[in-house]
Amino acid sequence: MSTYRLQVNGKPHAVDTDPDTPLLYVLRNELALNGAKFGCGLGQCGSCTVLLDGQAAMSCMVPVSVVGARQVRTVEGLGDARTPGALQQAFIDEQAAQCGYCIAGMIMQATALLEKTPAPTDAQIRAHMAPNLCRCGTHMRILRAVRRAADALAGGKR
Amino acid sequence: MSIDTDRRRFLAAGGALTLSFAMPAWSAPGELPKSFDKSPWLDAWIRIDADERITVFTGKAELGQGIKTALLQIVADELRIAPSRLTLVTADTARTPDEGMTAGSNSMKDSGTALRHAAGQVRVRLMELAAQRLALPVSSLALKDGAFVALDGRRASFGQLVTGQELHVRATPEPAPPAPGPRTANGKSLPRIDIPAKVTGGRAYVQDLRLPGMVHARVVRPPSQAARLLTVDDAAIVRMPGVLKVVRDGHFLAVIADGEYRAVKAAAALARAARWDTPAALPVHPTVGALVSAQPSEPTTIHDQGARVKDGRHFEATYTRPFQLHASIGPSCAVAQLVDGRYTVWTHSQGVFPLRGALAELLAVKIDAIRCIHVEGSGCYGHNGADDVAADAALLARALPGRPVRVQWMREDEHGWEPFGAAMVAQVAATLGADGRIADWQYDVFTPPHNTRPGKAGNLLAATHLARPFTPPTPTPSPQPEGSGDRNAIPYYRLPNARVTHHFQPKAVVRTSAMRGLGAYCNVFAIESFMDELARAAQADPVAFRLRHLDDPRAVEVVKLAASKFGWDGYQKASRRGRGFAFARYKNLASYCALAVEVEVARETGLVRITRAVSAVDCGEIVNPDGVRNQIEGGIIQSASWTLLEQVRFDASRVLTVDWASYPILRFGQAPEKLDVHLIDRPGQPFLGTGEAAQGPAAAAIANAVVDACGLRMRDLPLDRARMRKA
Repeated sequence: MSTYRLQVNGKPHAVDTDPDTPLLYVLRNELALNGAKFGCGLGQCGSCTVLLDGQAAMSCMVPVSVVGARQVRTVEGLGDARTPGALQQAFIDEQAAQCGYCIAGMIMQATALLEKTPAPTDAQIRAHMAPNLCRCGTHMRILRAVRRAADALAGGKR
Repeated sequence: MSIDTDRRRFLAAGGALTLSFAMPAWSAPGELPKSFDKSPWLDAWIRIDADERITVFTGKAELGQGIKTALLQIVADELRIAPSRLTLVTADTARTPDEGMTAGSNSMKDSGTALRHAAGQVRVRLMELAAQRLALPVSSLALKDGAFVALDGRRASFGQLVTGQELHVRATPEPAPPAPGPRTANGKSLPRIDIPAKVTGGRAYVQDLRLPGMVHARVVRPPSQAARLLTVDDAAIVRMPGVLKVVRDGHFLAVIADGEYRAVKAAAALARAARWDTPAALPVHPTVGALVSAQPSEPTTIHDQGARVKDGRHFEATYTRPFQLHASIGPSCAVAQLVDGRYTVWTHSQGVFPLRGALAELLAVKIDAIRCIHVEGSGCYGHNGADDVAADAALLARALPGRPVRVQWMREDEHGWEPFGAAMVAQVAATLGADGRIADWQYDVFTPPHNTRPGKAGNLLAATHLARPFTPPTPTPSPQPEGSGDRNAIPYYRLPNARVTHHFQPKAVVRTSAMRGLGAYCNVFAIESFMDELARAAQADPVAFRLRHLDDPRAVEVVKLAASKFGWDGYQKASRRGRGFAFARYKNLASYCALAVEVEVARETGLVRITRAVSAVDCGEIVNPDGVRNQIEGGIIQSASWTLLEQVRFDASRVLTVDWASYPILRFGQAPEKLDVHLIDRPGQPFLGTGEAAQGPAAAAIANAVVDACGLRMRDLPLDRARMRKA
C-alpha cells in the first residue's frame, strides 16, 4: 500500500492503494466514480476510457503509480444529469444509448477529439472512435451525437 | 390504406384523422392478459399512496431496450397524468408481479398490455370512488392531473381516494372504457428516463452498487467444461494482501478479498496454483456443418402441407451458422448477501423469479429465503452470464455470511463461459414451377438447444462444478408457433406444398442457450437467401418474387415501403457494390421487418462494408417511435456484426475465442454509412415487440447484397474477410 495524490476532474485526491492497481479500479472503488467501466481489462474495448492531460487513455491499463501529476478527467467532470456538458447533452438529444455501458467511454473518447479538432469531418469522427466497442449497435446515434456536439460547440464560439 | 408515420403526422396535423382507441387484443377475448395469471390484483400493478405518489410495478426488466419509458407512457395515458408523476419498480421478487423472462420481444405484449389493462381499471375504480366521495354522478367528473374535478370546482385527488385497500380488487377481463380526450404520451418519442444517468456517470448498473461492508470476489474457472481440479495449493494465496477467503467446492474455485483488484490478482495467482486435468473432450470437425451434422438429432415435422411436387426445376442449398456470443461489453456481475438465513441477490438476470427458484435449489433453502432484485447490467441480448454470476455471488455470500459479495466476471470468463448462441445447419430444397412460383419447399434445420435458462439449479454454471454437482435438466424444444431452434423455420410465404422438419439435438457439444432471435436468425438467413437464389433462377426481381408469394397485407406493405424508401426500382449499381433484400415476420406472429441493404465488397481484402441500409417495420401500435427505431437500428448493426465477423472457435480441449482480439465484433469503421428505419404505426392493434425483429432479415439482406456486388453466394456464416478472400 502506498499513498497516491491524483488530480481528478480538477480536484486533488489522496488514495491509499497497491501501486499496481489500475487507475480504473481507483476511480470506481476509491473515488466512487461510476463513469469509467470495466469491459475487458485488456485495452481492447474502450469502456474505461478517461482523459490523461487531454489524451484518451484506457484506464484499465494504467497503473495508479504512473499517473503522477497528470490531470485525470472522467465523464463526471463534464457535467451531471441536471447540467450536462455539450457532449452529454448531445448524447441525450440523439438518445445515443441502449444499455449505455460503453457510453461514458465513448463520450470521453469524443471529448479528446473535439478538444483537439473542434470541427472534425465525419470520417475523422469515425476514425477517432474506432478503439471503442459498442455491442448494442448504437453506432449511428453515437456518430450523430458527436457531430451534434461538435456543431453545437462551434456555434457557441461564433 | 397505407399510412407511414410521416403521413400519419401530416393527417393528424390537418385534423383529418379519427383517432382510434380500439383496445389492444390479447390471445383470447374475454380473458385477462397472460401476465395477470400470477398477479390478478390491481394493486400488484399500480399503487397509490396518500401523498399522491403513484408507483407502477412491472415484472419485466430494463435491458437497455427502453422498456421503462414505454411502460410509463402507457400507464400515464390511462391515468391521464404526466409520465414524470409516475415511479416505476421493475422485476423484483419481493415487490413486482412475476412476468417470467424479459425475453422474446414480449415485454410490450405482456407487460405493456397488462399495465394498460390494469391502469384503465384503476382509473375507473378511482372515478367511482370520486363520485361517491363527491356525491356526484361519474359522468359529471373530469380527470385532470391526478384528480377528479367537479363542475363546482370541488376535487378529489388519487391520494385522497385511496386510503386503504380500495385498489386491492381483481382485474376483470373486460377492458376499461377509454378515458375521454386524446392520449398524449403514446406515439411520442419521449426521451428515455434511464439515459441521463448513463451519460453522466450516475449509478446505473449492478456493477455500480457499493454496499456497506461490500467485498469482492473472482471465480477461477476450469480450463474447459470437462476439466477436473486435481490439486490447488492456496497457502500463498490466503496470505496475499486483502484476501479474506479462498473457496473450493469440487471444481468450483474462487477467492474473496477486501478490494476488487486484490481479488483479481489473487484469482490470477490461484489460477496459477491450480492443477487441472483437461481432457480433449470437444469434437473437432473441419466445418460447423460437419460438427452439427455429426450430432444425434430428434426430428419433428413442424409443418406439412400439400404434396411433394416434382414438376419443375429443382434447387438445393445448405446454410450454416457457427456458435456465436452474446458478448456483452460489460462482463456479468452480481452482488449477493446472506443475513440471518436470507439471501438478497442484486442481478441483471432476465428472469429474477426463475433465477430465485434455481438459487433456492442450489443453496438448499426455501424460495422465501431468497430475494432477487433486478439491477441493470450491460446489454445481454439473451441468456448470457447474468444468471451464472448470480449463482457465483450467492455461493460466495454463503461462504462469507453477513458481507455483501460482489462478483464480476473477467473478459475471458464472459467470452469463454457464457452460454453460446447455438450453431445451426439449414438444408433447403425447392421446386420452381413453370409459372415462376415455388411449387414445393422442403426445409430441415439441425441445431442444439436454444434455451437452457435457469429454472433449475443444473442450468447454473457453478452448480455443475460443485463437489455434489447438479446435472443440467435435459433440454426440450419450445413448441411452435414460437419455437426455439425452429423459430421462423416455416416460411411466411404462400407455399401450398411445404414440409419443415426440426432436428432437435438435445446434447450440445458446448453449452448453448437463448441468443437474440434464437433460431430465427439463421432460419431467416437461410430462407431469405434461398428466396434470393430462387428469384434469380426465376429471373425475377427479388422484391417482386417475394410479393408474388406473400398474402398478408401488412407483410406486403413493409416490403413495399422498404423497397420504395431504398429506391429499389431505380437502383443504379456502382462498381463493387450491390443490393440485397430480405423480409420476415418475427416468430411468424410478431413484428414485420423488411430490409434493403447496399454493400461494397473489396475482394482483395475481403472486406464487406454496408453503405446503406433501409428498413421498414410494423410492430403494431407504437408507443415510443424512437425507442422502436433504436431497437431496429441496433438489431441491424448487431446482426451485421454476427454476419460479417463472428464465430466461436475451440480445439479439442478448450474454447479459443476468449477476448475481443480472437472474437472481434463490428467497430465504427465497418458500421453502415447510412441507416434508416421507417415505421408503420397501427394504433389500436396489439403490441408486437421489436427487439429481435431485425436479426434474421439483416443477415440475409447482407448476404444477398454480396451476391449482387460480386457474384459470390456465401452460405456459411460469417462472411468474414478470410472467407471472402478465399471464396
